[in-house]
Amino acid sequence: MEAVVDELPVILHAFWLTVRLTVISGLIALAWGTVLAAMRVSPLPVLRAAAAIYVNVLRNTPLTLIIVFCGLGLGTVMDVQFSRDDLSVNNFWLSTIGLSAYTAAFVCEVIRSGVNTVPMGQAEAARSIGLTFLQTLRLVILPQAVRAVIAPLGSLLIALTKNTTVAAAIGVAEAALRMKNLFDAHGDAVIPLFLGFAAGFVVLTLPVGLLFGWLSRRLAVAR
Amino acid sequence: MRFGTCMLVLAAMATSLTACANSGASSIVDKAKDDKKLTIGIKIDQPGWGLKKPDGTYEGMDVDVARYIAKELGVPESGITFKEAQSANREPFIQQGQVDMVLATYSITDERKKKISFAGPYLVTGQDILVRADDTSITGEDSLKDKKVCGAQGSSSPKRLADKFGPDWESKNLTQQQGYGACLPLLQNKQVDAISTDATILAGFAKQLPGQFKLVGQPFSTEKYGVGLKMDDKAGRDAINNALDKMFKDGTWRKIVDANLGEFGKFFATPPPLERY
Repeated sequence: MEAVVDELPVILHAFWLTVRLTVISGLIALAWGTVLAAMRVSPLPVLRAAAAIYVNVLRNTPLTLIIVFCGLGLGTVMDVQFSRDDLSVNNFWLSTIGLSAYTAAFVCEVIRSGVNTVPMGQAEAARSIGLTFLQTLRLVILPQAVRAVIAPLGSLLIALTKNTTVAAAIGVAEAALRMKNLFDAHGDAVIPLFLGFAAGFVVLTLPVGLLFGWLSRRLAVAR
Repeated sequence: MRFGTCMLVLAAMATSLTACANSGASSIVDKAKDDKKLTIGIKIDQPGWGLKKPDGTYEGMDVDVARYIAKELGVPESGITFKEAQSANREPFIQQGQVDMVLATYSITDERKKKISFAGPYLVTGQDILVRADDTSITGEDSLKDKKVCGAQGSSSPKRLADKFGPDWESKNLTQQQGYGACLPLLQNKQVDAISTDATILAGFAKQLPGQFKLVGQPFSTEKYGVGLKMDDKAGRDAINNALDKMFKDGTWRKIVDANLGEFGKFFATPPPLERY
């Protein structure tokens, strides 16, 4: 266990990066996923089709492929740069693009299933008092839809937390990459280090699950 | 209750893994003589050193040296089983007896000598720098201070630079990819200015794309590649050292170096002195 104790600053630093990746990608995915869900239930066939194609392509592509595309395709070949003098900032945002683009597809489907829980009469009533589509969505449908899917959104956040380890594929120094490096430096302490990192993820994800379970009960729409 | 059981299982797994660490004390020499078979740990993704080809055969300097040693110990080529040994599991593989010896760009260090023993070295190299062929601004370790550098995850070479230049440099100037092969496109596309690790490994990769890269040739560390063996196998160490000595003298060493490292073979002029103990 002493390797874990000795390297605690490195491990905490790595998990801090994991947290940052999760929170920022999570927020972008939530916003973008909501827009996609709105597109998928919109009255315009073009928007519905575009969102459906996006969701099906991103949802069915392995995340590793998406992240490596962001790193090599966007970053290296197309020369998309977020910072000319800081490689870690650059890799961080490239992987954030990949993580949020991927997670947004799932957020979209979760929210859309939430929309289906809202009784049809709600939308009809909203239209009959003269609300536009966007007003109906914003004021009537989404508030009820999102409250119905708090728990699955929590599951997505947990999945995202663990998915951030894929960012190691393009050199983001989060938990998985640091663990690999520590294995090399402490060849005799592979199992304690592994258990230490596993525990780190449990510490991050367990409270998220509990929080979202509690939120979903508290915010549930009583019908 | 269920959580308790879970922890017990984990603890049992951990102890069983360490428990089998010290089994089997017989020498590799006896095993080679009796069974005519050896299991050898190599890298399978290191061009020039240990590379598994699409047809399932292996090539590289470590592979050739391993075959030579096996032959000297009386094992025909058909009796060799190559097994992938990644950097992190080389010591456990030897200790647990999963392989009889390891030739996997394996640096002899005092730290490792506490757990296993080494024959050799059969090559001495050092951490060097690979740059684009037209780059003249990088002349040695110190010129990396304001350059972007690529290294591999789980390798000690980037760590050496990070320790020297500090965490701020590490964050801004160092990217750690999954293996040195993944660094090459970054260097080609000018995302980074240099790749730094053992000259031997750089040479293996650079040889695949002739003319595009050059080695700076100013090594700033000493790495001695040895053959990893069980801690207490002195007879095996002596036999392998004798085989290496013969390989150095009969010209096979030169041939193997030139065949596997091509134009970069010139950086390795003479065989290193053996360190018998």
